[in-house]
Amino acid sequence: MHDSAFQIFVNALLANNFVLAMFLGLCPFLGVSGKLDTAFPMGVATTFVMLVASLCAYGLNLLLTAFHLEFLRLISYIVIIASAVQLVEMVLKKYSPGLFRALGIYLPLITTNCAVLGVALFQTAREYDFVQSVTFSIGGGAGFTLALVLMASVRERLQLSNVPDLAQGTALSLMLAGILSLSFMGFAGLGG
Amino acid sequence: MSTPEKSSAQKIIPIAVAGGTPSTPPASPTAAMIRTLGLVSAICGLIIVGAYQGTYDAVAANKRIATERAVFKVIPAAKSISEFVALPGGGIEPRVDAGDTALAPGVVKFFAAYDAGGKLAGIAAEGGAKGYADTVRIMFGYSPECQCVIGIGVVSMRETPGIGDKIITDRNFLANFNALDTRLKGDLSALANEVKAVKNGTKTNPWQIDAIAGATITSRAVGKAINDSAQALLPRLVPKLEILQKAQKS
Amino acid sequence: MSAPATWDEFMEGIWRQNPVFVMVLGMCPTLAVTVSGVNALSMGLATLFVLVCSCGLVSLMRNIVPKEVRIAVYIVIIATFVTVVDYLIQAISLALYDALGAFIQLIVVNCIILGRAEAHASRNPPLPAMINALGMSFGFVIGLLALGTVREILGAGTLFGVSLFGAGFQPWVIMVLPPGGFFVLGAWLLVFSWWARRKAKRGSTQNA
Repeated sequence: MHDSAFQIFVNALLANNFVLAMFLGLCPFLGVSGKLDTAFPMGVATTFVMLVASLCAYGLNLLLTAFHLEFLRLISYIVIIASAVQLVEMVLKKYSPGLFRALGIYLPLITTNCAVLGVALFQTAREYDFVQSVTFSIGGGAGFTLALVLMASVRERLQLSNVPDLAQGTALSLMLAGILSLSFMGFAGLGG
Repeated sequence: MSTPEKSSAQKIIPIAVAGGTPSTPPASPTAAMIRTLGLVSAICGLIIVGAYQGTYDAVAANKRIATERAVFKVIPAAKSISEFVALPGGGIEPRVDAGDTALAPGVVKFFAAYDAGGKLAGIAAEGGAKGYADTVRIMFGYSPECQCVIGIGVVSMRETPGIGDKIITDRNFLANFNALDTRLKGDLSALANEVKAVKNGTKTNPWQIDAIAGATITSRAVGKAINDSAQALLPRLVPKLEILQKAQKS
Repeated sequence: MSAPATWDEFMEGIWRQNPVFVMVLGMCPTLAVTVSGVNALSMGLATLFVLVCSCGLVSLMRNIVPKEVRIAVYIVIIATFVTVVDYLIQAISLALYDALGAFIQLIVVNCIILGRAEAHASRNPPLPAMINALGMSFGFVIGLLALGTVREILGAGTLFGVSLFGAGFQPWVIMVLPPGGFFVLGAWLLVFSWWARRKAKRGSTQNA
């Protein structure tokens, strides 16, 4: 592919938004989008881990391809992502306790976030080079944050409004997500 | 990072196996952890390698059938195919290692298709361009006799069902590719006319594609995919056609 | 373990703790691949294979895995079986493999599987663990089918590829696009909560 970095970024951010168009990272999207205060740090933490995972996966893929070990790709990606999350957690704890307190509780959750593994798998499948991979992961992370923040703002307002009992909870969140996803479809074709 | 981990795990296995039954209480937590991780990696490694080896032939056969089917669809007269690459310098050569290995930059992969009598029936190549939702990847068949595209098939796309995916089914659209003009310039450096999709109903030249009404972006992606791929491939390919003619006979 | 208890173990995942409708777990594959009945069924069966195999292996190893590294061990085991399933599907049908895309490999991070391994398989002998996993997977398959068939019928007018309404049907395309996934799952959850509430109401009037 000859997509420019800008195209990839806009695509991952809007037209093919990770959450609303590709259904990646729905668990935290539905779980942590109740309040704006938690949604934003969660999004930033995930973006950071996605970037780290993307870098690791890029290097690892070079290694695996060189030794013709493609069948070990999935298992080594998941191991390296889990280790990367642990490492990030330890480094933060040691050097930036404040940031650790803000993001710490989300980090373990991120290991099983499909969006993180999704970045690694998609960049491999699309044969992105180094710059493309980095832009893709940052764009994807920014898209994830955007979806989370939008959802949280809508849900905060809904707390004050009258919702039928039956539709409370997850059903309401899903309907909202559907409407958000519908509006994001308007971005299709952008950055082409 | 993972590869050294794997190899160290492999070294530990004999110890783990020789170190008595698994239910023996661990001597020290660290040793137990490493032993367990080694054991698990060994078991998992065995399972993965077994599955990979066991399915290798079936997967390869499936992939070959899928490619053949796609090529036969765009070149109806074809009965057998062989895979070639066009090198950046201008030469063409048979592709020997037809695995999943990535192509070097500038190298274009294509298929030469032969009819029942072993005569060159056409060339098939892939192309891709950004459509409405995602990249539209197509395969097109090129006939050296008429110097035109004689058929297309979609390799992969995520276009809107019912709108963009008409490029597979719409008869009027597909009729564009019965004889789409892809002649080269006199000096063989590029196509004489750029292949391009035009708005529905405004096609006037044989190198234009009449877009599907309501799916102009997807139609345009098909046109761009053919154009980009043909511009890259045909100037290198056309002067070397005899090589392909001979390739089947030898 | 007596027969009724085993049956309970099996039914728990299908009904009382249905992973899709009650626990709302494993949403990514649920919504992404359920554009048709066939895709939903294949994804469900692939998940079933991974879930049952990894729960069996986790349960076999439950006594030798130190607490500190258990999550790592579970993830490696799950990733192994996902790789196996990935190659099996490629061997069976490339068309299906393309339709499911990266979501086969993303089974690894399906919360249902890690959740089952941690909460059930690591504490029980292999047989009950696998039966429980089987029930959970059937619950998941049912959930996926409920979404996949509705979306296929509304969005394409077909069921498992067979046309239902004839050529005159104008498909409700949005249903097979991403928003449709959210809407249909939301609607199913509404139906379930309405049904649960009605049942609860009826129970209370009977008691009174």
